[in-house]
Amino acid sequence: MGTSQNTGDHAQRSSVFNQDEQRVNWHDKTLWFIREKRDKAAWQIPEWEMLREQASQIKENVLGNLHDYLVQFEQRVLENGVHVHWAATPEEHNAIVYDIIRKKDVRQIVKSKSMLTEECHLNEYLEAHGVDVVDTDLGERIVQLANEPPSHIVLPCIHWKKEEIGELFHQHLGTPAGNSDPQFLTAAARAHLRQRFMTSRIAITGVNFAVAETGEIVVCTNEGNADLGVQLADVHIACMGIEKIIPQRKHLGIFLRLLARSATGQPITTYSSHFKKPRAGQEMHIVLVDNGRSERLKSEDFRNALKCIRCGACMNTCPVYRRSGGHSYHYAIAGPIGSILAPGLDMKKYADLPFASTLCGSCSNVCPVKIDIHDQLYKWRQVLVKNGHVNAGKSLGMKGMATILSNPGIFKWSGALGRTLMKYLPFLINNKFNPWYKHRDMPQPPAQSFNTWYRQNKKQDGK
Amino acid sequence: MGSKEKILNNIARANANGKPLPELKKNQEGEAKYAGEFVAVLEKIGGKGVEVKDWAALSQYVLQNFSASGRILSTIPELPWFTPQLSDDPHAFENVDLAILKGHFGVAENGAVWITDKLMGDRSIPFISQYLALVINKHDVVPTLQEAYERIGYDPYDYGTFIAGPSKTADIEQSLVLGAHGPKGMIVFLMTGD
Repeated sequence: MGTSQNTGDHAQRSSVFNQDEQRVNWHDKTLWFIREKRDKAAWQIPEWEMLREQASQIKENVLGNLHDYLVQFEQRVLENGVHVHWAATPEEHNAIVYDIIRKKDVRQIVKSKSMLTEECHLNEYLEAHGVDVVDTDLGERIVQLANEPPSHIVLPCIHWKKEEIGELFHQHLGTPAGNSDPQFLTAAARAHLRQRFMTSRIAITGVNFAVAETGEIVVCTNEGNADLGVQLADVHIACMGIEKIIPQRKHLGIFLRLLARSATGQPITTYSSHFKKPRAGQEMHIVLVDNGRSERLKSEDFRNALKCIRCGACMNTCPVYRRSGGHSYHYAIAGPIGSILAPGLDMKKYADLPFASTLCGSCSNVCPVKIDIHDQLYKWRQVLVKNGHVNAGKSLGMKGMATILSNPGIFKWSGALGRTLMKYLPFLINNKFNPWYKHRDMPQPPAQSFNTWYRQNKKQDGK
Repeated sequence: MGSKEKILNNIARANANGKPLPELKKNQEGEAKYAGEFVAVLEKIGGKGVEVKDWAALSQYVLQNFSASGRILSTIPELPWFTPQLSDDPHAFENVDLAILKGHFGVAENGAVWITDKLMGDRSIPFISQYLALVINKHDVVPTLQEAYERIGYDPYDYGTFIAGPSKTADIEQSLVLGAHGPKGMIVFLMTGD
């Protein structure tokens, strides 16, 4: 990857991504293709809309009874002979995980995909403490070798071209230079990671669903990397946000019908594994992480974002995400859902994200648990402006517009001025200092205002 | 226990209004062709469905399609001529070419087979072997995952998984590759006899 998207706000980082137009078009098309696969999968299920509605209702029930479900879940987990840990912050989560690893005197672990550990920056923490973490999901391994975060929660290296991956593997895994065949590269990664699976005594996984009724957790993968890691290790550590709870086992029937179809258009992921008790002699830990979720629960407007099941459908459909790339969001979870989750954690740092949207509403339409994503984006904008987190240019412009629109005299005068300027001095408007002009042509100015036109025509009609 | 109390108290203070759980509904039309649909979906996701009338026919298929020099493992009592599970160390199965295990039932809408630890032998076997074969009765196919969970009910398994086709990835430019980390191929044998 030649260009860096490491600094600036969403618009600045997007402009870096947008320097390569062909790449943007390719990225856009790839994600739209996945969105179309999602549609085809959904349309095959006559009761699809009913499934979405039921999933939404179940999640709303969970958010209203989270305290009781968590207490019930912990009790069942302990009865299953599994250890439970509670972490209020990412720092506490990381310390808990490291403590388990340290006590086993282990230096090398494998980890399957977990957006929570991305959110907590677990890899960096463990590496700073001398633990070698190997991400075993192929896409995650690719971005890990490149020293980058994932750019998509389901498709971590969707922004990478196969030729670049071939070069990366040539450098790190010793594959022949110039070979970029996906089949060949995947086989090379399989051999490289098989070694790590065979020698790692601790495996970390994420959690897709945690069932309060039984204390079991469900992990979904296509590659089988979560299961292979856990079944070859002595210790399984599963890390989850507290909102991953669902009440009963039978509710999995609803969520697993929705998850993969929404994510990639597959009818189900290859593996949907239910971990209840460790095998004889194995140790299992579940780490429950809050990190702002219980705070979020208090907000009527933004609570529903906690219903998210991390399918990524809102990203694949988003016209902004598809053209700006995941790294432009500078948060572990990109796209529309990331843009309503991130400001809840740090309003100042992520003040740009709710503006990275056209508010077209496509995200809300594909969301399998019916989160009102675009409404929340709009509400966040208001909260951010009220709290002074919007840059002076944007709020000045808005204030100026408010003055003009509420004062008919100024409105008439500024309209006339605008028409004159655009007619005789167009370069004053069509320049790089006008952000509106960047990807648009300014319209031809009309000869007269609507007011003038109306007065003239009224006279002609003789009324 | 400081964090636990802190988190739970904070949630209690949020006082989020809960909605009652919905009645789970289904509007599937009754269809008798679940096995056919199951095989069709399974083949679309890279797996293979093979009808066999008995264990002898199954064995014959295996010997015709897999090299006799490979290591073929089975935990099924009716298949004593294949290698049984001889070790408790999950790493011992790394050189298994084909593992043949029983599954509980199939799911027509997604080509998945439900299998629990009791049928796996060691839990690593379905994932570490190069190829996987699961055996179900042809009549044991339910239409959707919702019927699947009705059937699972309160079964007290310790570990269970739905397996739908071979291990796969499309992480490199969305090109589908079978055999990411687990089996490169997966066969489901549907037994038509008793």
